[in-house]
Amino acid sequence: MRKSTIIVLALFAALFLAGISAGEPERVLDQAIRICLSCIGIG
Amino acid sequence: MMERVRRLVQVVFTFLTNGYWAFPFSRNIYQGPLKAICSPGLNCYSCPASTTYCPIGAIQQLMAGLRMSLEMGQLYLGWYVVGSIGVLGGLFGRMVCGWLCPFGMIQELLHRIPGRKFDAIPGLLRYLKFAVLALMVVALPLFAVDEFGAGDPWFCKYLCPAGTLEAGIPMILLQPDLRHTLGWLYVNKIFFLVLFVVWSVFANRPFCRTTCPLGAFYGLFSRVKMVRLSLDEERCTECRACHQVCPMGVRFNENPVDTNCITCLRCQKACPYGAIHLEAGGVRLGARQSRPAQAQSS
Repeated sequence: MRKSTIIVLALFAALFLAGISAGEPERVLDQAIRICLSCIGIG
Repeated sequence: MMERVRRLVQVVFTFLTNGYWAFPFSRNIYQGPLKAICSPGLNCYSCPASTTYCPIGAIQQLMAGLRMSLEMGQLYLGWYVVGSIGVLGGLFGRMVCGWLCPFGMIQELLHRIPGRKFDAIPGLLRYLKFAVLALMVVALPLFAVDEFGAGDPWFCKYLCPAGTLEAGIPMILLQPDLRHTLGWLYVNKIFFLVLFVVWSVFANRPFCRTTCPLGAFYGLFSRVKMVRLSLDEERCTECRACHQVCPMGVRFNENPVDTNCITCLRCQKACPYGAIHLEAGGVRLGARQSRPAQAQSS
């Protein structure tokens, strides 16, 4: 496997884990379980 | 054969990311814990059947609320979302668009409607999606804020046809109370949906080729992604058979790392000289095709 591929995968995996440790999944879940009125062209 | 496998994968992923079929009874969207998982393709999380979150919608919401969350001491910078799609991009790049995106599949099905086709799309339009990503997904939600410091999800609000099709229309049907709130915003969204639906009948995947910000993001990984199509230059005779079959307008033999390649494998099947092959992490997948006599003598 190319070195650049490994570096990119490691970088984004680290970002993913940093996001988890910052509690972002709860924030994302909190948004995703609500109907986004502006997203569907209403709000 | 491979085209059937790809269609099957598209259908399976469409149902996996839209697996909440109790919505006609609940008249609401799915609100369970799976919604913390990233949808690989563009799939509106306000769609009543959606079981995952849309990465483009989530990034905009995080950007739009960044000031407020920083004021509350919360460091929600979108790392979880960008990390999720970044890993997918590093592994597959735009193969996600070709194999896993429900809206990509819808466009392909529309293109199968018989009639004259106008597949050519002006070259400059293919760069529009990068501007949509930078402006409507990141910059405007982050910087165009109201007096309270809150921004808007610009791409979802003003443009996304997938959101209108998968969420806007179904939610209006499911919740009649919402109908009196319809206005020009909804008309604008319906306009873009109709535009891309009609365009898809005449041209292959026009939204993916010109406008999709998620496709633009995955396209950034075209040179480093792990699973990719590779060109054997010794075998290539520049017959351009790969140009004729590509749904994304890629001239594979001229640019094997084109940001528009969705790894649908049509070019691999069409190449009479076995010059295109799939590889993962540098390892060739599938048997090496024997070289035809024409290619050997040329």
